[in-house]
Amino acid sequence: MTPNWVDFAIIGGKAIFIWAFALSLIPVLIWFERKGAAFIQDRAGPNRAAVLGIRLAGLIHNIADVVKLLMKEMMIPPQVNRTYFMIAPVLGFTFILTSFAVIPWADHFLVAGRNISMQVADLNAGILYILAVTSLNVYGIVLAGWSSNNKFALMGGLRSTAQMISYEIPLGLALVGVFMVFSTVQLNEIVRGQGDLLWGFLPRWGVVVQPLGAILFIVAAFAETNRNPFDLPEGESEIVAGYHVEYSGMRFALFYMGEYAAMVLSAAMITTLFFGGWQIPWFPTETIVAHAHVWLKVMLGVGGVGALAFAVIMFIWARRMRVGGFGDMRDQEGNVLGTLNILVGVAMLFFLFKVAGMNSLPEWGARTVTLVAQISAFAVKTIFWCWVFIWVRWSLPRFRYDQLMRLGWKNMIPLSFVNILLTGLVLILMGK
Amino acid sequence: MAILFYIFAALAVLGGLLMVSLRNPLSGAFSLILSLVSLAGLFAMLNAEFVFILQVLVYAGAIMVLIIFTIMLLNLNKEELEEPPVAWMRLIFTALVCAVAAFGAIRIFGHVEAPKIEMTADFGSIEGVGRLMLSDFLYPFEVISLVLLVAVVGVVLLAKKVI
Repeated sequence: MTPNWVDFAIIGGKAIFIWAFALSLIPVLIWFERKGAAFIQDRAGPNRAAVLGIRLAGLIHNIADVVKLLMKEMMIPPQVNRTYFMIAPVLGFTFILTSFAVIPWADHFLVAGRNISMQVADLNAGILYILAVTSLNVYGIVLAGWSSNNKFALMGGLRSTAQMISYEIPLGLALVGVFMVFSTVQLNEIVRGQGDLLWGFLPRWGVVVQPLGAILFIVAAFAETNRNPFDLPEGESEIVAGYHVEYSGMRFALFYMGEYAAMVLSAAMITTLFFGGWQIPWFPTETIVAHAHVWLKVMLGVGGVGALAFAVIMFIWARRMRVGGFGDMRDQEGNVLGTLNILVGVAMLFFLFKVAGMNSLPEWGARTVTLVAQISAFAVKTIFWCWVFIWVRWSLPRFRYDQLMRLGWKNMIPLSFVNILLTGLVLILMGK
Repeated sequence: MAILFYIFAALAVLGGLLMVSLRNPLSGAFSLILSLVSLAGLFAMLNAEFVFILQVLVYAGAIMVLIIFTIMLLNLNKEELEEPPVAWMRLIFTALVCAVAAFGAIRIFGHVEAPKIEMTADFGSIEGVGRLMLSDFLYPFEVISLVLLVAVVGVVLLAKKVI
């Protein structure tokens, strides 16, 4: 029996794709966080770090961060439980990356007689797999808090555990309504169910048919990721930094990255369940495939013109930097970026010129265009929800711990039961 | 696939052994998690996908978190964790009993053919398990939910002094 090398390669490729997607979003989100905080607090934000004069509006600061964290000594305080102290950061990050396996990012890709599903594992248990794996994620935090042998760290770990168990219940119950409406737990089927139109014009997204469920899920997702207003596990004013107070260097960085990876996961889940996943509203897959040449032309045209317009802005900026600039290579940043963008724009317009005469694309081309369009739709929605996480963090104050528990147990859990009852009633009345 | 079975089985047994032999309660709890997760792996190999997910979600995820939560709140000090002197007689006796039991099990079950079961298309899936629970096993299912309700009410009764 010959092993199916192609199948192995496809699965490996898909796993690498979703990991690359999640991991490459982490530095972007850190940049979002800094620039977003600066924007909301009316200041400039990071703008100093530069490589050969290229600053990319502060994105280069992430490289400086990584270099700093890699060079830093990884302190292991003498009082800690060494084994658990070392394992804890790895555990948390591993579980989060593992849960990306069932997130679908595009419709089935039909090529060369193969039907490739665009998710790493199309499990029958679907979303429950994410719940199961993220419920193990608590151990990373608990172990970090306990093994540090530090009162503040232990408090942080305890808070985090209690909070994550409490909010897992409304999170799971909010999902029940979605399962009832789409009558499946498989994520790809849920997304496909969101492609229909309601009353002929409204996309049947999860948020439209499950508004209360969507709100409950999003709030619970904030609590699960330990983000503000639920970031009591690391409340600086009371317990220094919570469970990772004793960590330094790259081990601390793993916690830091884990928080953003969890954000990406939550954003991807919110997108998939309630905001149509990879669906482009009003354009189901077959429609895009049938009109793929139009999509290709529009994408190339918008991309090319956008790149050229951005290049013009860059050149104007570089001109203004001539007077009163920094007096070093940073003044040339606009020119460099502008030139690159002109190249990209011209290349795109050249391809547009090449395909302008086409009235249809070959099958594989049409499928590829659809794939790119759907991946972009998924990425845009996910990044938007990541931005909402940051937006909320810099807009709302932190809860007090009893308020947090009251909200979770006395408001959200009863509300999620009400949501299930209402959904069931409506489904019965509609005769399903 | 057989090698996976042996790995999971060995890990499950190892987790159980460590659970009873380690003095540190938190290490014990984590050994139990290892055992539970290995069992989940065995369920997954038996095509029982839903049971696998529930094993991880409920046992390894929820129940063990509560146990660890309690252990962390106990705040044990060093003296309570010291090794007691080894009770050799007990150890030898236990080993003997285990050896006899293992020998008997191998003799009895060693040549029993596993019955061939026709697997339905939805075996182990959520749909299959759900349909079974609400049709053939409806009565036990309802009884179990009543038992759980009694437990919940009992906890409230114990925890609240004035109702």
